[in-house]
Parts: sequence; structure tokens; C-alpha cells
Amino acid sequence: MPTAKTAKSPSKNGAAADPYKTLGSAKLLQIHELMVRARLLEERLIKMSKGGDGFFWIGGPGEEAFNVPLGLQVKKGHGVNHDFLHLHYRSAAIVLAMGAKPIDSVRQMRSVATDPYSKGRNFVNHYAIPELNVVPVSPTIETQYSTAIGTGIAQARAKTDAITVVNGGDAGTAEGDFHSCLVWANRPALPLPILIIVVNNGWGISTAAATQHGEKHIADWAKVFPDMPGKTINGNEVLESWAGLEEAFAYVRKNRRPYLLEVKTSRLYGHSSSSGANRIPEADCIAILEEQMIKRGLAKADAFKKVWEREAAALDAAHKQVKGEPFPAVETVWENVFTDGLPSSYPTKGGS
Amino acid sequence: MANMAQAIRMALHYGEQNLGVTEIFGEDVGPPLGGVFTATQGLKNAWNAPLDERGIIGAALGLAWAGGRPVAEIQFVDYIFNVVDMLKLAANGHWASGGRYRTPLVVMTPTGSGIHGSLYHSHSFDSIATKLHGMKVVCPSTPIDAYGLMIAAIKSDDPVLFLKPKALMRSKGEELIPGEPADEKALHDMIDAPLGDRTKWKAAWPKLTDYTVEIGKAKISHAGEDATIVTHGRMAPICLDVARRFKSEGKGRLEVIDLRSLMPYDWDAIKTSVKKTGRVLFVNEETEITNFAEHLIRRLVDECFYELKVRPRLLAGKATPGIALSPNLEYFIQPQTKDVERAALEVLGDPA
Repeated sequence: MPTAKTAKSPSKNGAAADPYKTLGSAKLLQIHELMVRARLLEERLIKMSKGGDGFFWIGGPGEEAFNVPLGLQVKKGHGVNHDFLHLHYRSAAIVLAMGAKPIDSVRQMRSVATDPYSKGRNFVNHYAIPELNVVPVSPTIETQYSTAIGTGIAQARAKTDAITVVNGGDAGTAEGDFHSCLVWANRPALPLPILIIVVNNGWGISTAAATQHGEKHIADWAKVFPDMPGKTINGNEVLESWAGLEEAFAYVRKNRRPYLLEVKTSRLYGHSSSSGANRIPEADCIAILEEQMIKRGLAKADAFKKVWEREAAALDAAHKQVKGEPFPAVETVWENVFTDGLPSSYPTKGGS
Repeated sequence: MANMAQAIRMALHYGEQNLGVTEIFGEDVGPPLGGVFTATQGLKNAWNAPLDERGIIGAALGLAWAGGRPVAEIQFVDYIFNVVDMLKLAANGHWASGGRYRTPLVVMTPTGSGIHGSLYHSHSFDSIATKLHGMKVVCPSTPIDAYGLMIAAIKSDDPVLFLKPKALMRSKGEELIPGEPADEKALHDMIDAPLGDRTKWKAAWPKLTDYTVEIGKAKISHAGEDATIVTHGRMAPICLDVARRFKSEGKGRLEVIDLRSLMPYDWDAIKTSVKKTGRVLFVNEETEITNFAEHLIRRLVDECFYELKVRPRLLAGKATPGIALSPNLEYFIQPQTKDVERAALEVLGDPA
């Protein structure tokens, strides 16, 4: 893949070493299991949406080869001494790799009272997980690149190696928030430790990026800032994703400066419900991983089949459980308007 | 007596010293200027941001999610329109996350007309601000209230929009701020930056103490029995002056309610006063179409129809596309003292 500008890799791996074997079968099998879990979850959420067991679906099937390694490399926890994540709605595999439970996404899709991320108020894949520093995901495009500035400032002030990670899509880079993030992260007065990720699937809903963006590579925006590396990697490939993330995380943690990482991936079910959420014949990162591992003797097809069956069964059980959970009571809409409760004279009738 | 800019500055200093405010930022907020109205002069944690409103609000959001209590400034409320969606994220974050995230931030911004500010330094924002549900909105009219409301805003776990009436930033009050020296010149010498080179200047702060004006509580700035005026911000001292003169001239006993908080607003104070007088005039400088006070009038009609002796009235700005520069045009568009006098006489004289 083309490279705009590359930071020095901390890795000293020999050029001839097979990266699959270097990472090892145990780690690869862990990654594979999480990828399958994320894929099956997204496909279940799509079915729920189409089957009347929920409403709008938007998610990230096709990004698992990048998102799972990202979730696994995060320094996870709560507070400024752990990484902050400003995600968008294609990040299921990231939060699952960090330990989130598929059942909670099923709950959010069905908008039941037990939805831990929004109490039945928000679309699916809109997380808010303070114990993992996953800040509220918003349906607004690209605003996460502006909010990342704030946690970046907090971590630039603190004595920590923790960083801020922001993730979004290629179409959103036309928004000013993307450029706000670049400018603020590179302020000479206070450079910010932000890993700025753009997942480039080549589309903004139904509009081809090639018709709207003249940039050769989104990572080329890094060329404007002398001290910010920029790199483009193939996000359909687990090993390239793993290595690219290792390099980027290490650079930001050590140097306390930003890094721009563009990640090329497939978009396997289109944008969302709005584009039909039907399977699209693009490269499938899970099939690529399985093929490569089998070819190298790192796993057998039967073992992969068992993973798919086990994860599907677990999801069936979770879905069945959620179907028995209650929807939120109407009076709960008045919870959390203000942190100190609703004033007694607050208008609640919806008019006269 | 301190002026409003000095009062806000002292409240922010109190916040730095006692309430955990470590980031005060915006365009020209830090040295050497200390804000275009000098409200952040001499503060140890004040710094200059890029000229980027979206980045400023995004930074505040991220800082709040990271555990801080940031105070951000939008230089004029006229520049806030390109961050309304970011303000909405701040306002709905607690609710959207099912109560999992709090957003304790303050956004302060000069509002309203009165400085010959033309189209983009004269806006009011009340109706839009009060539709950012989940956001608290305050607007003081005196230095002591500015001090007390800023301290309340900093203490709040909810986002607070602090509207600074720009025409009142140099106005002085009738009460000393707790800890303020009685000698105006002494205060000036202590906390106002000198002209010329300021690189070695440091403020010598008076020993300030806590003083909190509860958000959501209005002030009866003038008691009366014949008619109620409900107002805030720049129009509040004008209405108070008219009420005092009407009383001394025997034209009527006006009760003036200075709202101080627009969200939540003090409905009990409004209702109690109108039930007493049966006559009410709302005065503000926002344009009349979908004016914030129209909501209050509708609610009065719903809840106090039989206590109203005459129709409720609104004195507001004229619905022109902007505030014009030429003084005769500005004074025509925006309510002036003579307009308040006329409207007050009309509401007092309406046949019951």
C-alpha cells in the first residue's frame, strides 16, 4: 500500500520473518474469534433491523481485521492514565475486543430498558462506556475528531503514556472537525498525543469518494505538519493492521505527538439500513485470515467452523434473553435531563 | 464597585483556586489580551486557542469527559451558530448515555446588542440556547450576579451556557463582591492589566470567598403590585430604572423579575408575581419571532388565564435579518428605555 510518510518502526523484525508466525497462532486465534464475534453480531443486528426486532442499523462489518487489533492494543481502563476512545458507529469490533458484551449491542438494537449505553434512547452501535474511556458515540458525523482534542489536552498535561484514539470514516474528512483535530493536535503550544485514524472504505453512503476527494491519500494531510507521521495501510489484512497499529501507538505514546493513520477496508454491508444493508462482494477480511492461517498450518478449517458455531450459539442465547427484557417505561425520559434532577416546574406536558 | 468583566474574572480566579478549574480558553482569552472584554485577564490557567469554535467546544467536551471542569469562551455569541451541534452534544450527553457520562463545562459568550456591533456583534441566542435541552443557561445583569452565577456554573455537573450581556461588561453594580476592596482604584490596580508591556505583570487577587447564585432562581429586583415585568440581561437594568422612576413619579408600581437563569427558569417567581398583579410585560432583546418569552406567555395563558386581568405583552427586538449599525436604525430595531416606558404604560393602562 502506498505510504505518504512513515515514522520509524520500533520493530526490529527481520525482513524474512513471516509476520503470521511472529505474532503466533494463539494471538491470531484470539483475534479470529473476536472478528467472528463482531461479524456475527453485526449480521444479527441487520437481521433484527430487517425483521422488525429493532429499527435503524448502522455498523462496521468488513472492518474487523483492523478494529480487533485496535481494541486489543488499547491501554484500556478509566481516567487519563488509560487510552480514551472517540469512536463512530462502525466500531463494534473495537469495543468487543476491549471486553464489551455482544448482548449489550443486541439490547441497544432492540431499545430495551437494559440497554447499558443509552437506556433505549440511541441507535445501535452508539456506545458510552466510562469504565473503558469510550466516550459517547454520536450520530453526528466527525464531531468525535473535535472532542478528541479535549481528552488529548488532558493527557498532554498529565504524566502518563496514555493516549487518545479517534476513529472515523473517509467521507467525514471533508468536515471541518477533521481539520480542527489536525490543527489542534499539532499546536506548537501543546502538541497532543492523539492517534488520528481514518478508515477509508471509499464511500460516503452512496457517494464514491473518488468523485468528491482529490487527495491522493487521506494520510497526505500529514505532510502539512512536519512532526506528524502519516501512513496508509491495508486494513483488510490482520498482520498489516497489527503492525501499523503497533507502530502508531508506540509513536504517540512515546513522543506525545499525533499520528495520522489511514486504513483501507471493505464495507461489506453498505452504509447502513439506508442503503439496504445487503452483502456486497468485496474482500472479506475473515476469509483472508482463515486462508492465510490454514495455508501456514497455524489452524485447521474445522477449528474455524467450531468458532463460528460457538459464537452463533452464544448470540442466539443472548438474543433470546433480550427478547424477554422489558422496554423502558415512558417516565424514564425525564431521567438524566439534568444531573441534579428535573426542577418541579420544568414543563413536561408537551404543550397545553 | 467591580464591573461585570472584573466580577467574571474574579469568579474564574476563585474557580481556579478552589473549584478545580484548570483550563480557561478561547480566542484571545489568554495573555496578552485576556479576552476582548478583559474577563480573563491575569488568570493563571487562561490560554489562547486557534480561531476555531468547533475545536473550542470539542476541546471543552473532551476535557469534561476526562474529569475536568473547563471554561471555554466563544468570543461573541454571533460566532456560536457553527457549533450548535457541538453544544447539542454537550447538552444531551448525559441523557443520551443513559446517565453514564456527565459534562461539567462552562461556555461563556458575550450576547446582545448595545455596543454598535452591527450584524455579527449584536445577536441574542436565548431561544436557541433554551432549546438545547439538558444545557443550563444563565444571563446575569449585575456584577454580583455574574460572580455568583459563574461560581454556580463551575460547580454544576451539567453544561452551562453563560451569556454575558456585552453592553453591561463595563457596568458597575450596587453590591460589593465578597472579598472585593471597597476602593475601586485599589481593585483596578490589583487585577487590571497595565497598558503596554504586560509580560511581567501578574494580578494581585483580593481574598475572594464563595458566593453562589442558584441556577434557576430569579431575583425580584423591584417589588410592585400593579404589573410585572419579566426580563434579563441588558434589558434588566433598563427595566429597573423605569420601575424606579414610575414609582417616584406615581405612574405605577412595577414588579421587575430579573430571570438570571433562562434554563431552568424560575416559573414559580413568574407565576406568583403575575397572580398578584394580573398584568405582565416580557422584555428582552431577541427578535420577536419564536422569542423565548413566547413560551412563557403561552404557559401563563395555560396556567394563569383567569388570574390575568389583561393580555400579556412582549417587547422584543424587531425581526430584521440583523442589527443595523447606524444608531437610529439600531435603536429602532432593539428595545430602548423609551420603548420600555411606552410598553409599561400600555400594560398598566389596559382596561381590565
